Amino acid sequence: MQRKNFSLPLFTLALTLAIPLCIQAGEAPSKFVVLSTTTSTQDSGLLDVLVPLFEKKTGYKVKTISVGTGQALALAAKGEADVALVHAPSLEKKYVADGKLLNRRLVMYNDFIIIGPASDPAKIKSTKSSVEGLTLISKSQERFVSRGDNSGTHNLEKSLWKQAGIEPKGSWYVESGQGMGATLGIANDRNGYTITDRATYLAFQKRLTLAVLLEGDKPLLNIYSVMEVNPANGPRINTPGGKAFADFMVSSDAQAMIKTYGVEKFGQPLFVPIAGKREEEIGG
Amino acid sequence: MAEALLNLQDIRVRYGDLTALQFSSLAVHGGEILAIIGPNGAGKSTMLRLMGLLQQPSEGKVFFRGNLVAHGEGLSIRRRMASVFQEPLLLNASVYENAALGLKLRGLDRRSVDQRIRPWLERLRIAHLADRRARSLSGGEAQRTSLARAMALDPELLLLDEPFSSLDPPAREDLLVDLETILRKSTVTTVFVTHDRDEAFMLADRVAVLIDGRILQLGAAAEVFARPINEEVARFVGVDTKIPGVVEKVRVGLTEVTFNGGNAAVVGDLRPGERVILCLRPEDITLSIPGREDLKSSVRNRLAGKVVKIIPWGSHYRVALECGGTRLIAFILRPSLLESGIQEGGDVVASFKATAVHVIRRN
Amino acid sequence: MGLIFDGIREAFRLILTADSEVLGITWLSLQISGTATLLSLILGMPLGIGVALGRFPGRNFIVSLINTGMGLPPVVVGLFVTIFLWRSGPLGFLELLYTPAAMIIAQIVIALPIVAGLTMAAFQTLNPNLSLQLLGIGASRLQLLWLLCREAKLPLLAAVMAGFGGVISEVGASMMVGGNIRGQTRVLTTATVLETGKGNFEIAIALGSILLLITFAVNLILTHIQQREQLRWPKPS
Repeated sequence: MQRKNFSLPLFTLALTLAIPLCIQAGEAPSKFVVLSTTTSTQDSGLLDVLVPLFEKKTGYKVKTISVGTGQALALAAKGEADVALVHAPSLEKKYVADGKLLNRRLVMYNDFIIIGPASDPAKIKSTKSSVEGLTLISKSQERFVSRGDNSGTHNLEKSLWKQAGIEPKGSWYVESGQGMGATLGIANDRNGYTITDRATYLAFQKRLTLAVLLEGDKPLLNIYSVMEVNPANGPRINTPGGKAFADFMVSSDAQAMIKTYGVEKFGQPLFVPIAGKREEEIGG
Repeated sequence: MAEALLNLQDIRVRYGDLTALQFSSLAVHGGEILAIIGPNGAGKSTMLRLMGLLQQPSEGKVFFRGNLVAHGEGLSIRRRMASVFQEPLLLNASVYENAALGLKLRGLDRRSVDQRIRPWLERLRIAHLADRRARSLSGGEAQRTSLARAMALDPELLLLDEPFSSLDPPAREDLLVDLETILRKSTVTTVFVTHDRDEAFMLADRVAVLIDGRILQLGAAAEVFARPINEEVARFVGVDTKIPGVVEKVRVGLTEVTFNGGNAAVVGDLRPGERVILCLRPEDITLSIPGREDLKSSVRNRLAGKVVKIIPWGSHYRVALECGGTRLIAFILRPSLLESGIQEGGDVVASFKATAVHVIRRN
Repeated sequence: MGLIFDGIREAFRLILTADSEVLGITWLSLQISGTATLLSLILGMPLGIGVALGRFPGRNFIVSLINTGMGLPPVVVGLFVTIFLWRSGPLGFLELLYTPAAMIIAQIVIALPIVAGLTMAAFQTLNPNLSLQLLGIGASRLQLLWLLCREAKLPLLAAVMAGFGGVISEVGASMMVGGNIRGQTRVLTTATVLETGKGNFEIAIALGSILLLITFAVNLILTHIQQREQLRWPKPS
């Protein structure tokens, strides 16, 4: 008992720690807009420049939840988010048709590329068609690394196999079950082919020996759209906030930022803004 | 009747289906030293916890200085008592801090704490250990610290639960002597629990014999040890010789009891034909070789027999003998044994006074 | 190898230049995990003490619950806390999902059984009769509790260390209930995952190093207290 009592300093420390958190939690809830989006959007770093601009303009606070495409859409359909920004057109259309998501508007696209060993043993450089490229890989039984995680990228890959009439199976077909970055690492180690979005490829480029072998084909375009959440999906949906964010994404300010984003870091833009266009007009 | 310091009324303590303690009344008088003795598992520690307000009885009432102690208001009264347990339960701190603990819990300032502790550290001969960590103490030193902690509180009631039983013999002897001196000087009302009759005999004014949760006998220490009321108590307080017999004749002042292998004159209010047990304490039996007994003495009873076994027993010898089918235990001092020529297998005469026999009725 | 050195150099650069984002993330990690640990102590210690010293029906059930809870996978905790905090969930009206408060809740669920379990173990090492003895020299209930805590100080410190270490280094639950939102719920672990995913290995290594440094420092301080106590109070020879 003559010893120093350390409970008081501990208690003070607790208060110091907790006060700022309480203040934050005490803010009016309607100020928050929950954006459900895909990991690739977040990983590209684009939202890190767009979100602060939106917050400054509107006074809203954005909570960006970046998860897999399937989960991002499911969260919005459950009413756990206020607005969705994803890149899976066929899935999106299904949700819009069901009335779960509203007012689908195109925002931008980036593109996928097929990369592989610079020596290109499957000779896919000989074609411009992505479907044909995959057919060549399967015929040559050269290793192909798939994400296998039901992500947007994986879904694109599956639809290409389907168009090629091939069910990819065998020791040459490896499923990583991980994100794009990890999948690139595996493809690089195993000296295999893979499909990746350009942004992630550029980010990892320094560490990869794989080369871009096929690009520019229309099915490889990755179109992002923004959708508002139907207020009927659940309780406490911030409908005006969601609409404000969707409107912002197609506004000229945001579109201008998208147009130049990435030039500084990679020497080329990562995205192409397409607000106001129709799907048929894109690519080629 | 003088008001008791502590009074327990109509007490019953149950643990599940088991009744650990049950008695109608027990009073602790101010200034006395009361020993509660009994075998292990008799309920002695439960009794002490009740007295210390550390446990609620299942039924019954506890009065402190005539006032009923209500449930939940124990603290103020608990602070007028102090407990010492079998193990010296000290905190991981110095001897001084441990001794000071009770006073600090009562919010005394450092100066008064010091004034009250120092004399007790001296009296218990641990002043030189004041700065030692409690963990580094021997058993005896630790128990002395525990006693100092209790005594420094100047309690109205001191409760000691087997305070010597975890100590080795030399430490136990030393502490017993010191504690006896302290208790005689201090006049603090003390209740102590022990299964050791010597401790009780040495320290106590009154003794309560607790067996199987019931108080079988309560009285002055000398009375209880000399005159146990029944066989169970007799066995516990150390009557080794118990002879079953029948009352033969009753004359004025003297009664004759026959038993297997002889008869004896005893004193007591008995009727012929009553079945009794004669209790003899070993120190009350005198041994001699046949033909050499002191015939002039007033001893009424003489039994002839054979020595079965002689065992060294502290300062004297414990002699087992058989007199016509009846077994007796006697003590004899070491020099007397050598002088008298008593030996194993030899003939012997056991003599005892009629007044030395304590008679218990058999049912 | 170069990567690791680059990472460590980056870590030093970020710390020395007081990079505001990294500092923010670090501070938030400390705030969230510190608060969660503290609340776990406030809730878990009485629980552990109660279970260790008390005898009441259902006690064994609670002990099993605590022991199971000590090994709860954080991801499972994250999942259930998320479901409860969803707008459509039972606690949706609190609007806590994707806030530091939600992370604190999840971390409490993780740390509470650890703290309660180790507190229980700490008190069970004390002599059961010590309570009686302390009451027997006039301790009030509160004084008793304080003295017992003081006796069990060293193992209690271990409970603090284990609790804090468990939550500050946890990623699964923080990711799920916090959402790894920049400037709001991004902590060292989730930021490390994110930067790894983005391919920014230097920053990921830097963040990881800062996390290691924090856990190391906290454990160093607590171990120091523990060892000092032991040195000062030698065991009997």
